[in-house]
Amino acid sequence: MSADEKILELVNVSKTFDRLQVLTDCNLRVNKGQTIVLIGPSGSGKSTLLRCINLLEPPTSGGVLFEGREITDDPRGADRLRRNIGMVFQNFELFQHLSAIENIMLAPMKVLGMSRKDAHDVGLELLRKVHIPERADHFPDELSGGQQQRVAIARALAMRPKIMLYDEPTSALDPEMIREVLDVMSDLSQEGMTSVCVTHEMGFARRAADRIIFMEEGRILENAPTEAFFGGDANARAQKFLSQILH
Amino acid sequence: MSLDLVAQYLISQPFLHGAWVTILITVVSLFFGVLAGLVLALAQQTRFLPIKILTIAYLWLFRGTPVLFQIIFIYNVLPSFDIRFSAFWSGVIALSLNEGAYMAEIIRSGLQSVKKGQRVAGQALGLSHLSVLCWITLPQAARIVLPPMGNQMIGMLKTSALVSVIAVQDLLLVANQTASADFRYFEALCAAGIYYLGLTSIFMIAQGAMEVALDPKARRRRANGEAGLRAILRRILSNTTTAGGDNVR
Repeated sequence: MSADEKILELVNVSKTFDRLQVLTDCNLRVNKGQTIVLIGPSGSGKSTLLRCINLLEPPTSGGVLFEGREITDDPRGADRLRRNIGMVFQNFELFQHLSAIENIMLAPMKVLGMSRKDAHDVGLELLRKVHIPERADHFPDELSGGQQQRVAIARALAMRPKIMLYDEPTSALDPEMIREVLDVMSDLSQEGMTSVCVTHEMGFARRAADRIIFMEEGRILENAPTEAFFGGDANARAQKFLSQILH
Repeated sequence: MSLDLVAQYLISQPFLHGAWVTILITVVSLFFGVLAGLVLALAQQTRFLPIKILTIAYLWLFRGTPVLFQIIFIYNVLPSFDIRFSAFWSGVIALSLNEGAYMAEIIRSGLQSVKKGQRVAGQALGLSHLSVLCWITLPQAARIVLPPMGNQMIGMLKTSALVSVIAVQDLLLVANQTASADFRYFEALCAAGIYYLGLTSIFMIAQGAMEVALDPKARRRRANGEAGLRAILRRILSNTTTAGGDNVR
């Protein structure tokens, strides 16, 4: 991988909801160009950890450093931070009242002040990148799940993010549509897009990830290079989880 | 009975003026009513307790008393506290405040119908809270809110007749005065009825047009050449079978 230039770091991040401890002292370092896959049983805190990165869930304690700068203390910095971090959701969350291309155009126009024409050009280019330029004028409810998720990826890319976060991007998809979404994600990783992905797709993890992180009960139990993780070096709990999901 | 006389009344100066007053009261009250409703609906979503309590008290007060009572109260009681409004503005204020309470509930249900994930997705793109509200939440809520709002608009047109009790020269008062002066109840009330039906028809068409304007797919169809008027008519026809009866207060 590219030079070990750190782009994102979580330091002792903890999160409690009311009295429920969801994350405990999580440490994570993401280098530029890396693809990191987060795995673990449901309820282990993977999604919450992901949402701490762009402050959709502000950590209760600990710090998030983006490009070396502490971002957790600055509530007004959240909007600015999120421009640089793209996010893709399990349920796509395309804006229902906008067509595919309008979904992509909204943030560049309203946040970056891009002109309608320029935003349209960007939108078309990104739709080509995710292989559905012909669906530009379709509305979300006229698209398949796989197409919706690809538009959602294009929407996030329109802000030219420095990191992409994926929150179980294929969990809500029919099996035959998973591949088309994973392919887009793999291509992005190969082009050097820094990515953090929560997923259960072990094939994708093996293929695209540089490191695998295993979480359970709000703690990071394993953080290993992909080959080592799948090669049998993972700790006993992670091994057991792997054997459970690989049937 | 004389149809000629009905026609004469229709174009007579007092009736034209009365219809104009009715339109003015309705439109101005609707404007402020929607505005008040929007503010109240947003205020209800805040976590700041005093504001929440205040809005609930407001809804309780204005939905819990007859609008006729509110009109008379503002016109007759407030002057004893040295707060004076003309009859016209007393009517408009009462109708606006009352309408705001109902609109608040309609708008709130519209805002709540937009799933939280849509707002989160907007935030994740770096949009500010205000941008999320303007470009994501409100446009989606508006489509949900429009049919019940149409009911309120038509309801307001008819409720506005209540201001005749504080001697605002609206359509109903003009008709009633003309009728009793000429002993021509049938003709005078017929003329007023025709005005009311004409105005409600315009409101229905306006509602249909707004629904088409807010329907993104209809916008696309129109761009592809479907005539706008046909879309509006189709919308109105489909509405009459689905919309509930309007609430008479």
